[in-house]
Amino acid sequence: MATQHSRSAARLMMAPAVILLLGWMLVPLTMTLYFSFKKYLPLRGGDLGWVGFENYVRFVSSSAFWPAVQATLVIVGGVLLITVVLGILLAMLLDQPMWGQGVVRILVIAPFFVMPTVSALVWKNMFMDPVNGLLAHLWRFFGAEPISWLSEASMTSIIMIVSWQWLPFATLILLTAIQSLDSEQLEAAEMDGASPLNRFWHIILPHLSRAITIVILIQTIFLLSIFAEIFVTTGGAFGTRTLTYLIFQRVLESQNVGLGSAGGVYAIILANIVAIFLMRIVGKNLDA
Amino acid sequence: MARAVTANRKMINTAIAWAVGLLIFFPILWTILTSFKTEAQAIASPPIFLGFDWTLENYSIVQERSDYMRFLWNSVIIAGGSTLLGIIIAVPAAWSMAFVPSKRTKDILLWMLSTKMLPAVGVLYPIYLLFINLGLLDSRFGLVMVIMLINLPIIVWMLYTYFREIPGEILEAARMDGATLKEEILYVLTPMAVPGIASTVLLNFILAWNEAFWTLNLTAVDAAPLTAFIASYSSPEGLFFAKLSAASTMAIAPILILGWFSQKQLVRGLTFGAVK
Repeated sequence: MATQHSRSAARLMMAPAVILLLGWMLVPLTMTLYFSFKKYLPLRGGDLGWVGFENYVRFVSSSAFWPAVQATLVIVGGVLLITVVLGILLAMLLDQPMWGQGVVRILVIAPFFVMPTVSALVWKNMFMDPVNGLLAHLWRFFGAEPISWLSEASMTSIIMIVSWQWLPFATLILLTAIQSLDSEQLEAAEMDGASPLNRFWHIILPHLSRAITIVILIQTIFLLSIFAEIFVTTGGAFGTRTLTYLIFQRVLESQNVGLGSAGGVYAIILANIVAIFLMRIVGKNLDA
Repeated sequence: MARAVTANRKMINTAIAWAVGLLIFFPILWTILTSFKTEAQAIASPPIFLGFDWTLENYSIVQERSDYMRFLWNSVIIAGGSTLLGIIIAVPAAWSMAFVPSKRTKDILLWMLSTKMLPAVGVLYPIYLLFINLGLLDSRFGLVMVIMLINLPIIVWMLYTYFREIPGEILEAARMDGATLKEEILYVLTPMAVPGIASTVLLNFILAWNEAFWTLNLTAVDAAPLTAFIASYSSPEGLFFAKLSAASTMAIAPILILGWFSQKQLVRGLTFGAVK
């Protein structure tokens, strides 16, 4: 039983983590909110006074805003679709009996451990380069004209790179979930004459639904803020400027801190909408 | 019960799975192979897969021209330092939440998780400004702190889920035998917690090593780790595929090896215990 003594000790032991995270959250958040209501140009006059909600209005009414929202949605949606669908297929494949399962698993998971700048640059140069890239060689081999991927098919390229990075994550989590499926249930269905498609639709997919939800929520949070992949490939050009990248440009490149901060507040609100759903699932799991 | 499978079916599974696995792994394999080619062979048409003259010259060129070791050392310090510091702060917190839970424990855990959801770009300028004013810009200490803070929620969560699996009766028995709180932690809890702590260290070292928002935005020269070093190849001069491959191979090799050991913990760590 917890005594009074151990309770106060427990509080003391929690204190450093709680205080640090509280500071990490509140200090920058307050500053972002503060700047978002100011006309603040560090290189062109500095603090030029309060402007109310002007930055918020200007951020959403600038010509770059809606394309950025669209780019964000296309990238997040595209990557989610590819990683979840292929992740389910891969997880089911890896769950089958085979020789060398452990090695295949390692091969499939490996991209997740590659740092974002490396995977983006390797794809950009060694695969997507229109002259020397492997894809260009492949296209020429089939007699087709090589594509300059990152300028002509910029979104497809970014989605391909990011999907390659996140497919292992989806696969690994879905595989873990599939392995907890009771195989007797599947066998019973098989004996009752359920077709493979029926078994997938009525037993496997429902069993995976929670894991799929978790994959979608966690990936969405990370995908909303992908940065390095765009930074080293297109630098936001060719329609790949996401919301995150737009805010980065406003804040650090054009040093319009007020405007960028208002964008930052939008990004925080957006991420929190997703986070609320994730927290509900995780919270429910804590009670169990 | 193992499902009965014909050898034929198993062979087909094996063939498909290996083909898919190799396809997914191929970019990494190609990078490693290219790192041993000369620049001319690296862009040869048609591409050469194995029949080239293996050379190590790219590795020595990368080291000589850009002092690769310095970036590597920065990565080690930043990833290692932030993980170590995070563990020191998180172990007591996770311990108390797992063994002396109160009504608010769940709320505190979820709140900690919510700080992880804060998009980095939303607080980019404040952190940048604080770094300038505190003289932390391009310093390893500053990055250790920031990366420790962004990973602290994951560290607390992972440790919490591991600690919760340690049966509380053992601790009570130790207490009955007159063990003080310190002895209880040192002699009873720690030995049982080591595997969980080790997994947490491993995963967080990987996450810190690969972090590429703050490391790109808060470093210039002195504190730049490998993520930033590799990014400098985005505007190269002349032929560079083989050199890029050599630098990339060195940057990802340690983490690929560590990663293979941490596959299982990956799921638990990244889903905050929601999938085990």
